Amino acid sequence: MSNGQPPLDSPKIRRLTPVLEPGHTYASVTDKIASIVLTRPMSLGWLAGFTLSFSVLMMLTVAIAWLIMKGTGIWGINIPVGWGFAIVNFVWWIGIGHAGTLISAILFLLNQKWRTSINRFAEAMTLFAVACAGIFPLIHTGRPWMAYYMFPYPSAMGIWPQFRSPLIWDVFAVSTYGTVSLLFWFVGLIPDLATLRDRAKSKTQQIIYGMLAMGWRGSARHWHRYQSAYLLLAGLATPLVLSVHTVVSFDFSIAIVPGWHTTIFPPYFVAGAIYSGFAMVLTIAIPLRKAYDLEDFITMRHLENMAKVMLATGLIVAYGYFFEYFMSQYSGNKFDLYLTQMRFHGPYAHFYYALILCNILTPQLLWFQKVRTNVPVLFLISLIINLGMWLERFVIVVISLTRDFMPSAWGRYSATVWDYATFVGTLGLFTTMMFLFVRGLPAISIAEMRELVAHSEEHE
Amino acid sequence: MMDQRPHLYGVVGEFDTAEQLLRAAAKTRDAGYREIDAYAPFPVEGLSEALGLRRNKVALITLIGGLLGGLGGFGFEYWVNVITYPLNIGGRPFNSWPAFIPVTFELTVLGASLSAVLGMLALNKLPQPHHPLFNVEHFKRATNDKFFLCIEAHDPKFNLSDAAKFLQGLQAQHVIEVKDDD
Repeated sequence: MSNGQPPLDSPKIRRLTPVLEPGHTYASVTDKIASIVLTRPMSLGWLAGFTLSFSVLMMLTVAIAWLIMKGTGIWGINIPVGWGFAIVNFVWWIGIGHAGTLISAILFLLNQKWRTSINRFAEAMTLFAVACAGIFPLIHTGRPWMAYYMFPYPSAMGIWPQFRSPLIWDVFAVSTYGTVSLLFWFVGLIPDLATLRDRAKSKTQQIIYGMLAMGWRGSARHWHRYQSAYLLLAGLATPLVLSVHTVVSFDFSIAIVPGWHTTIFPPYFVAGAIYSGFAMVLTIAIPLRKAYDLEDFITMRHLENMAKVMLATGLIVAYGYFFEYFMSQYSGNKFDLYLTQMRFHGPYAHFYYALILCNILTPQLLWFQKVRTNVPVLFLISLIINLGMWLERFVIVVISLTRDFMPSAWGRYSATVWDYATFVGTLGLFTTMMFLFVRGLPAISIAEMRELVAHSEEHE
Repeated sequence: MMDQRPHLYGVVGEFDTAEQLLRAAAKTRDAGYREIDAYAPFPVEGLSEALGLRRNKVALITLIGGLLGGLGGFGFEYWVNVITYPLNIGGRPFNSWPAFIPVTFELTVLGASLSAVLGMLALNKLPQPHHPLFNVEHFKRATNDKFFLCIEAHDPKFNLSDAAKFLQGLQAQHVIEVKDDD
């Protein structure tokens, strides 16, 4: 939106839009970011958003309670479609998380300065998305109270997990991913928690932030080791994030089901994950910068860069779609050929066309600078891509399962109201945690913003 | 007890910019002080070198943690699926090692990450709820916009008035005595 900040966003000098608007000092970035947490009064908008999110979260608890009482029969799943919404949503959520790790780890290793003001809430987004994702396989087991069977523990029955199964790989990949994301996020937060501790006025805040900051005092010796640990974590999180969606894609590609049994799945899943994740980062960043006047920190440069990453990963995803199609034709495998026919002409063809529209055609608008710098349009595109990536997983799961090898095994799938309640419910869980996060913790890394200030002073 | 003079922790100087702190740290070391530490609201480039800090052990700890996680992970899978609970899955060999790699990899990353973070905290002796510097009111700004250099009392060369004068000579904004009252 150009009406808010006319001179700096005008097209002529837009190329020079910095990652931090000029004129900021160490104290001003500290004040601005810490005040959102410590002093800013609760706004009506926040309260309304939180109330709505929390109500939707309550719907999730009802849906899960009913599921536990009645079993997975309340969902639309049956044979042949045993996976349905639960796995679609699981893959969608875990993919969303990937952009957070990409921003915090890979862009850190590549020394991209523009990551600084978006990495904190992108990491938070990762954590919350992994939490939402984790719910689905858990409740999809049908007896979630038995889910601990998946972990290797010395059971009295003397049985152990079967480590050749991708579903067990999934357990390890997702739980490791959740743990490492939490560590990375927390390590990044320590110096900022100390800032909050030292600025907090109320005793409660001092105690809570004080305990979380663990006595951080900014000692050079501490920073020395802190930086090593942070760099190592970034180096470890980078292959981890690639491995997680690879393992998720193995859940499909190890099976022989038509449309799943393909080697393109790992890279194409990873690209899709980053694609949807950046869309979600934009979906969060755009209202966030508006609501808390953070346009100085999350500048047009950030939005534009994220749009470019979406365009690039969107093209990789398009390449994946094309090669899925090409390989089915080239292989001459009749089941694969038939599945492709079903994608274009089967009962779920409208999902496939919607997917092409959302994931391939819409992002082509991002080639235009006018679109990339138009905030409302960018917001809309991010929502469309989020939807498109959900459709992609629906197409993969449902079309393949309803049309496998024998016509006698074909079937239909339609979601029930409980499927929708659970899915929408996790959106409520996600936004509830996001609302609490922006008021409880600094949504932008204060320490790293000070580094940016220091660097911009050097260049002056 | 009551009138006992509080034990002295050191003397701390406050600076406005990272450059001043860097210069002060280098000069303090040149002057022969060894037990010194600097405090900054963000990692200042070159400060570790100015203070003469050696390479730290975080990377080594991370390597060991990663190796333990990876070897332990693979060894555990081998023990489970070959020795204690062998299952014939599609006629694959019991030790079908390629299928064990994803979990081995995840556990390598998990072991390395946990040791990086816990190792860093342990070497930094955190959590540490109280520190003498927290007695200094000005020090609150070490997590905001000011830079501090502390000459600690257990430095062999330490003498309160000399050290304070020395810091003043480095154009510190404030020079404050740090008491250790516990």
